[in-house]
Amino acid sequence: MSLKLKALTKSIWVYHMSTGSCNNCDIEILDLLTPRFDVERFGIILVGSIRHADAILVTGALNLKTIPRIKNIYEQAPKPCVVIAIGACACGQGIFAKGPNTPDPVDSVLPVDAYIPGCPPKPEAMIAAIVKLIEKLKGKG
Amino acid sequence: MLKHLFNFIIFPGFLFTAVVGLAASWIDRKVTARVQWRVGPPWYQPLADLVKLSIKEITIPKNASKVVFLLAPLFGLSAVILAATFIWQANIQLGASGFTGDIVVILYLLTLPAIALILGSSASGNPLASLGVSREIKLMLAYELPFIICIIVPIIKSSGFLKMTDLIAFQAINGVFVSNISGILAILVAVFCMQAKLGLVPFDMAEAETEIMGGIYIEYSGILLAVLKLTKTIMMVALPVFLSSIFWGGFSVWKYVVLLVVMILMRNTNPRVRIDQALRFFWYRMTSLAIIAVLLATLGM
Repeated sequence: MSLKLKALTKSIWVYHMSTGSCNNCDIEILDLLTPRFDVERFGIILVGSIRHADAILVTGALNLKTIPRIKNIYEQAPKPCVVIAIGACACGQGIFAKGPNTPDPVDSVLPVDAYIPGCPPKPEAMIAAIVKLIEKLKGKG
Repeated sequence: MLKHLFNFIIFPGFLFTAVVGLAASWIDRKVTARVQWRVGPPWYQPLADLVKLSIKEITIPKNASKVVFLLAPLFGLSAVILAATFIWQANIQLGASGFTGDIVVILYLLTLPAIALILGSSASGNPLASLGVSREIKLMLAYELPFIICIIVPIIKSSGFLKMTDLIAFQAINGVFVSNISGILAILVAVFCMQAKLGLVPFDMAEAETEIMGGIYIEYSGILLAVLKLTKTIMMVALPVFLSSIFWGGFSVWKYVVLLVVMILMRNTNPRVRIDQALRFFWYRMTSLAIIAVLLATLGM
């Protein structure tokens, strides 16, 4: 069990899903992969296919078009798989809270494991969130 | 029989080659990171990736052809392990292993992983996978021709030996083949073909994470993806050792490191080429070079 958990937390492959964000959070996510922050130190790499993913990063306020699509994406992901909501929009819909096209926050559609607030959140905040998520998973296992 | 099984599974086959290959792929990732001014992953990262993938769920697409989809990665892995076993045996037990024509068998076995990947990926029923498959088929057509032609060079220079141990023994007496011009041309062509066979960066259009999202690997998950990664890892050992045995007088650690560094640097200093550019490169430039090498070899240069 502990070997499994160690392998899972030492090699997190993330899949990036933008559900209609303004691209600001997406650019901050890309910052994490640049030489300054270099999350490949912790085995985190960005993958192109959902079949390879261990974590889904959701950015943006869910709208009517992307709700069925993100459900579809989550069903295609091989489990165990965690969902991380990044940015004010994904955490609590931000300025789109009363919008007619954005009926549901992410956590009413998917089981969200970590919330990273901020508009956009700093890369340091994202690294801190991932550390906390790993601690939580270890506590559970 | 038991000895052959031991050779196939533990030493020098599956287990040994996999360990060497994981170390090589760590070096690859670490050097890539250092070239980009990053720190890079820790030494156990390739192993952690494999263990993690093997405990993930296997997803099978609804309209996939299940048997082919599931069996193709195993087919490719067993072929490449067999090739690696032959190549190591020829280097370890000089004169006591192999059979006449084992070079031809190894050439076929080294082609099988790509064919297995093409089969399995086209069985997955994904449109992006089929795009990747079509690129992989074209790439295979491109690199196989110059690769086979440049393998003829050592056979001509040794006046017709078709056995790996004979070639190594011949080079031990008469000097290595890369010491003259036809050998240098042949190993140059072979290094480019090796890069394409491994699907490393200038020729990774079949995988192309940024445009077709993993291409041939797109539908594979869990332990099947781990098997595919392991196949590639073992190829990363088998191909350089094969080249250094037939052109460069047998395996040694520094020759392997030189070939590995050439691969890594080529991978880090080049952008991905289009499939038509790769086809033109291999058919016009590399095939002509290989034919020139063969002609020079027949003239004894």
